[in-house]
Amino acid sequence: MKFSEHWLREWVQPQLDSQALADQLSLSGLEVDDLTPAAGDFTDVVVARIEAAEPHPNADKLQVCRVNDGIQEWQVVCGAANARAGLTTALARIGAVLPNNFKIKKAKLRQVESQGMLCAEDELGISDSHDGIMELPAEAPLGMPLRDYLGLEDTILDVDLTPNRSDCLSIAGMAREVGVLNRVPVTPVTVQIQEIKHQQQVQVKLQAPEACPKYLGRVIRKINPQARTPLWMSERLRRSGLRCLHPVVDITNYVLLELGQPMHAFDLAKVHGEIQVRMANEGEKITLLDQSEHSLQANTLVIADAQQALAVAGIMGGLSSSVDAQTQDIFLECAYFDPLAIAGRARQYGLHTDSSHRFERGVDFALQAQALERATELVLAIAGGEAGPVTEAVYPEYLPQVAPIRLRRQRLAQVLATELADTEVEDILTRLGLELTSTAEGWLAKVPSYRFDLSIEADLIEEIARVYGYDRLPVKTPQARLGIQALPESQVKLARLRDVLVTLGYQEAISFSFIDPKWAQAFAPEQAKLTLANPISADLSVMRPTLMAGLVKALAYNQKRQQTRVRLFETGLSFVTATGQVQDLLQTPQLAGAVAGSKAPENWTHPTQPIDFYDVKGDVEALLQLSGPLQDFSFKAEVHPALHPGQSARIYKRTAAGQQALGWLGALHPQLMQTLDVKGPIFVFELDLNCLRQGQVARFQGVSRFPEVRRDLAVLVPTEIATGEVLDEVRRLGGTYLQEVVLFDVYQGPGIEKEVKSLALGLTLQDSSRTLNEEEVNQQLAEVLAGLKAKFGAYLRS
Amino acid sequence: MEHLTSFVQQAQTAIDQAPSLAELDQVRVDYLGKKGLLTQELKNLGKLSAEERPRAGEAINQAKQSVQIALNNKRQALQTAQLAEKLAAESLDVSLPGRTHKLGSLHPVTQTINRIQDFFASIGFVVAEGPEVEDDYHNFEALNIPAHHPARAMHDTFYFDANTLLRTHTSPVQVRTMENQQPPIRIICPGRVYRCDSDMTHSPMFHQVEGLLVDQDVSFADLKGILQDFLRHFFEQDVKVRFRPSYFPFTEPSIEVDIDRGDGQWLEVLGCGMVHPKVFAYSNIDPEVYTGFAFGMGVERLAMLRYGVQDLRLFFDNDSKFLRQLG
Repeated sequence: MKFSEHWLREWVQPQLDSQALADQLSLSGLEVDDLTPAAGDFTDVVVARIEAAEPHPNADKLQVCRVNDGIQEWQVVCGAANARAGLTTALARIGAVLPNNFKIKKAKLRQVESQGMLCAEDELGISDSHDGIMELPAEAPLGMPLRDYLGLEDTILDVDLTPNRSDCLSIAGMAREVGVLNRVPVTPVTVQIQEIKHQQQVQVKLQAPEACPKYLGRVIRKINPQARTPLWMSERLRRSGLRCLHPVVDITNYVLLELGQPMHAFDLAKVHGEIQVRMANEGEKITLLDQSEHSLQANTLVIADAQQALAVAGIMGGLSSSVDAQTQDIFLECAYFDPLAIAGRARQYGLHTDSSHRFERGVDFALQAQALERATELVLAIAGGEAGPVTEAVYPEYLPQVAPIRLRRQRLAQVLATELADTEVEDILTRLGLELTSTAEGWLAKVPSYRFDLSIEADLIEEIARVYGYDRLPVKTPQARLGIQALPESQVKLARLRDVLVTLGYQEAISFSFIDPKWAQAFAPEQAKLTLANPISADLSVMRPTLMAGLVKALAYNQKRQQTRVRLFETGLSFVTATGQVQDLLQTPQLAGAVAGSKAPENWTHPTQPIDFYDVKGDVEALLQLSGPLQDFSFKAEVHPALHPGQSARIYKRTAAGQQALGWLGALHPQLMQTLDVKGPIFVFELDLNCLRQGQVARFQGVSRFPEVRRDLAVLVPTEIATGEVLDEVRRLGGTYLQEVVLFDVYQGPGIEKEVKSLALGLTLQDSSRTLNEEEVNQQLAEVLAGLKAKFGAYLRS
Repeated sequence: MEHLTSFVQQAQTAIDQAPSLAELDQVRVDYLGKKGLLTQELKNLGKLSAEERPRAGEAINQAKQSVQIALNNKRQALQTAQLAEKLAAESLDVSLPGRTHKLGSLHPVTQTINRIQDFFASIGFVVAEGPEVEDDYHNFEALNIPAHHPARAMHDTFYFDANTLLRTHTSPVQVRTMENQQPPIRIICPGRVYRCDSDMTHSPMFHQVEGLLVDQDVSFADLKGILQDFLRHFFEQDVKVRFRPSYFPFTEPSIEVDIDRGDGQWLEVLGCGMVHPKVFAYSNIDPEVYTGFAFGMGVERLAMLRYGVQDLRLFFDNDSKFLRQLG
């Protein structure tokens, strides 16, 4: 709600300057977004008339004007297309200073002298309009300073009203609020009831009374088609951001701003038969005032005549019945629509109007008669004409019912933690227009029709707190019952996982949960995608099936900025649906990483080496160790569409329930890197956080006091055997003596056969109750070797 | 006995001149070894008379002792010098950079969420989380925002279908908690939220932390107290805090909280209010027995203020230089 402060002060006169008034409104919940002067800072701009306009001898688009400022004539060169003889406009005289300290001096424009400047609205900071120079009424007194003539020593308040306070979407409403806050009287505009000069009426039928329970109309005949909107009105409209269109339209807009009641005027000659307020027929066509054409849906209320829809109720009038320069008789409409019948409909057609803004939030259902009289008064005063009787169609049973609200003294004190004096409570509520009746527990309050946002006790408590002042209410520290919350020790804290990665040099990234469908396809081609119906752009339209995509994109971003060694991780949900349907959606927390560049930062001690699979696997293993002993996890060579087929592993966790897939690790597929324009090698991993975070509570196994024995074995196994399986088998075969197995060398090459690889294993054996003798150690090693031979065809390297 | 004195003098000279531990040891062998000169003297004692023997014995022992002392001193001196030489040879340029692992960094959003969580955890709030793809009921209806409510326009919602959307705030987590738990409830809900809006100051995805406290006798004064306390601790200074009436469909009274930026300008940092009775009713909590308050804050906004970041979009570019500066 944007309005002139002068206008408001006609209704209510608080002892506050503009800024103090704005602050007061903000602190009462009516947030003042902006406080701006009605015009920029300028001097010596006066009303003047163009007496003659001749083409400029040396320029096609310029004219040389003789301009009369009431004292003398000046020669002014002007480039505006609307400069013409007879036009009354604004002249900045020589010596004038315009906004931004722009000084007007005598000048020559293409060899022709110019003694001043004719001004457009934007040049004076009056509006953003640069549609030519200002056009003032012909009767404007020449030579009068423009600031005085237009009353520009005014401020424009722009109040950002919350959806519940549509009662303040008018000068009347704002004035009521200012009156309450300052305890000053409000002087509403006095409406003169006009004499009825004829008996012509239009019949009104309410065919959807639950949506439109009240409709008032009136015929005004013989208005003057030459009438102009008076300056005082056009200036107020302009300060509220509205442009002048037609005196009758301007008047309905004016009443909307003044009282908060949207109205509409039809050209009576274009209305055929009775007015019907009904739901639209599905597919019914209408062209609106803004020239837009719509095919209506059946949920839309329309104002129609016997032939067709004339207007979309509460949103916008139709073009076919609109008033224009030839209109002589009008039918003024003033209705109450149920907010639910209007809400969302404007948006449905891509519209938003001052009218729909008010109707969908709510309009005072008792305001219509007054608003119609006010509009009638203004039409007659400005455009003349004769008023007919008011036609009123009303279904009282469908009008909002106002039940009194119970307010308990004790509840009020409890919520606000203070006991306000009864007189204070009564004063605030009475000033707000409520009628109070005392009861044993407090009050019964009857709400005025314009405060339809108040319906329950909490509403009243809020009003009291708001007007009393939030800052004046007490401050306490909450008291609570102390209860210890469950904290399962087996649950690995996310913070710990993050810390491990940070220690390993990873930087945490946060990428969007919606990604480019092309990337989604590249990383998860076999999965159905969950797509937004209204994405912000096509490249942010698909919910990510994996976090890898966003991280690789971030890697690419960094590579383009000369950052070659980048290690990123992210935690968040992946969105996977087997069918593409929302009901099958799994939102699974994941921990993912992406790494590129060298093993270590560039340094002086050893040459930089590119990162490889095992570096990143080591990082992943560091995370796994928080979840359980490493031997509970296995890495199996499996194929993933985004990963290098020879360097990708699916990770499994051994649980009581069996092998559980935990995630993936691998090098990004070279083809994919080419498609995505990233430089490799890049390694990525993604781990299911629910599975990863499922750790275990430690159990002490005892520490043996007896010496341990280390034996090293070099075994030859066929190259195709996965080393991880050999190690698992050694652990199994090692029995209770085997404490640890380390793999300290892997060899293939000269000295051994081509088909085998040599694995150098260090086995540490120990018993908890005695020192192992040589025989026992050898026996155990023999069992290991025999087992490996049986399972893999492995044998000892000689 | 003069020859003893002369032995000692000769020995002293040899010790002084010994350049290394090996040569020093040769001196020891020459004088004190099995066949050493002074050892020989002792062996010759038997040849002396019984009267001469004690005196001569004492003199030899004294000579041996003085040679031994001289040897010890010299040995210690040589060892000290040798160590000094070794240490000198081993000295490093300690100013050379360490063989470092470059530490990574936590995202400033995570750091900010962690701080907020820690403050509220210290007074008994527990973290609650929920889905990001939500249904209309939990995101809107159960929060007293029915279909076509004008407040929906404030949310710019991303939809999948008529009933499924990306949550516009973390409030649905509050609803889900209240559905499953009777008071007392003290939760803090951090997470990603989504609004269909993108420019310098709006990101289509950002983070919120919301809090909810429901118990008997919770008042507006408690809400003011806890948030004032929080903001002062978060910014680690005695910031001026202003409570301004506002409107959210799920709270009443509703409040926006501003802080003084220090230049007289107020800056909105969070929204809050007393839980609306209808929200309790949706979750089957008796509003006559319980009252509560809820609050919500934008994490990026707080992080921007705290760390001096001007452009919201930097948070999601994941530029490693940005992350390192704030990590």
